[in-house]
Amino acid sequence: MKRIYLDHGATTPVDPLVVKAMLPYFTKKFGNASSIHSFGLEAKEALEEAREKIAKKIKALPEEVIFTSGGSEADNMALRGIAFAHKRKGNHIITSSIEHPAVLETCRELEREGFKVSYLGVNREGFIDLSDLEQKISEDTILVSVMHANNEIGTIQDIKEIGRICEEKNVLFHSDAVQSFTKAPINVRKINVDALSFSAHKIHGPKGVGAMYLSEGTPFNKLVFGGHHEFDKRAGTENVPAIVGFAKAVELAKEKYVKQMAGLRDYLIKEIEGRIPDSKLNGPKGNKRLCSNANFSFAFIEGEALLNYLNFDGIAVSTGSACSSQSLEPSHVLKAIGLPHEIIHGSCRMTLGRENTRKELNFTVKSLEKNVKKLREISPLRKGVKYNKEEFGHKH
Amino acid sequence: MYSKKVMKYFRHPRNMGEIKNADGIGKVGNPQCGDVLEVYIKVGKNKKGKEILKDIKVKTFGCIAALATSSVITEMVKGKTLNEALKISNMDIAKELGGLPPIKMHCSVLSAEGLRKAIEDYYKSKKKMN
Ligand code: FES
Repeated sequence: MKRIYLDHGATTPVDPLVVKAMLPYFTKKFGNASSIHSFGLEAKEALEEAREKIAKKIKALPEEVIFTSGGSEADNMALRGIAFAHKRKGNHIITSSIEHPAVLETCRELEREGFKVSYLGVNREGFIDLSDLEQKISEDTILVSVMHANNEIGTIQDIKEIGRICEEKNVLFHSDAVQSFTKAPINVRKINVDALSFSAHKIHGPKGVGAMYLSEGTPFNKLVFGGHHEFDKRAGTENVPAIVGFAKAVELAKEKYVKQMAGLRDYLIKEIEGRIPDSKLNGPKGNKRLCSNANFSFAFIEGEALLNYLNFDGIAVSTGSACSSQSLEPSHVLKAIGLPHEIIHGSCRMTLGRENTRKELNFTVKSLEKNVKKLREISPLRKGVKYNKEEFGHKH
Repeated sequence: MYSKKVMKYFRHPRNMGEIKNADGIGKVGNPQCGDVLEVYIKVGKNKKGKEILKDIKVKTFGCIAALATSSVITEMVKGKTLNEALKISNMDIAKELGGLPPIKMHCSVLSAEGLRKAIEDYYKSKKKMN
């Protein structure tokens, strides 16, 4: 059976050219970038070349790019590093309620450590309210962290405007750009952003490597102690093969793929909306939506069941339904945009990659149509029928 | 995560649907939690004149475990007397399926409860008729 991968928001296959670029750094050019003999220099050269390539992509300086073990570490580092370095100035942080757990959980930890955190709500499409942000910034505010593009519903925030507000109010601004990197333009010289988080494996690079952009001169407390690697901001021998692969992946991420994916995304949305009744697109339409993301809720059915029926047809997607997660907590993002629980349960996220084709999408829509219908036939939920807790008396 | 048997019943659920003019209907669950079950039963008599479950069908909104447990229970109780059916616990259902992940045990509770409610409903409407 041919398999169709529509879960690029989770991870992407590594581009063969990326693998090719990485290979010599395992066996031949294996030196430690901190060593000063020829083996070390070879590695160091590769490391700095990679840093330059990534910096160039966002118009940053090479020394503003610090390599990490991935997006989560970059988020942790940026938030904690900035928060603790600015503790004297204030202890208030503002973030949004639809951030990735790497940001939300770090914020919760910071709260336990004495910081105050405000969580901005979002509208039905997942956008924060800029005037709300402005109002929440107080004397005590030191940092605003709002993601660039949301991983679940693809909403692209107006980070230029957020940056402007932060600049005006003199607070630092971090943005988690893990989902948007190379898919939506970021020019750090044009937006007032102080820190960004990136990850390689979402853009056809290897897993376990990412980066944090930190604008020059920003006070920062490091998280990982040891040697003086990465401009003394993160200790630990650099993962040179992965970093080389990361840079290669950035180089291969072309503008044309963004257009291609956006076209496929719109096609997929149109087909589903046209062919599956009682389906609802979550997140905005058009260019304020990540080119690779389509997220639907199908009324009256449950997402884990749908995901698995699609899987039987060889199609890989993800769901925000509680039933498939270890905690049985439904997606916090879908909750934040105001969806009722029973609708969240029927959610399905499809995230495109550059190797997906229209033919694959046609097959997917057919499979969706068939399986949604099948699940609806055996579902007791239907239009107009209201179920309430009292009547059922069941606790989860 | 799920046993082979769970996946088998999930993939091809048995006895799903409604029974028109059912003798008893049991509704359990809560869409907010992500699971709702409707159990429909038709009651008949065996040779000894005891009341048995002649037919049973379910409608399920829920996860793999919810679909599999509600499907397997129909096979477990069909033909059984009402008393026998009432004795089936959620543990029996889970065992029949080769086990369930601990976090999904509540889905099996639901199936047993749905059946119990359907039988209760039957008794209630019988009383009314007499
Ligand atoms: S229906 Fe939600 S966990 Fe089973």
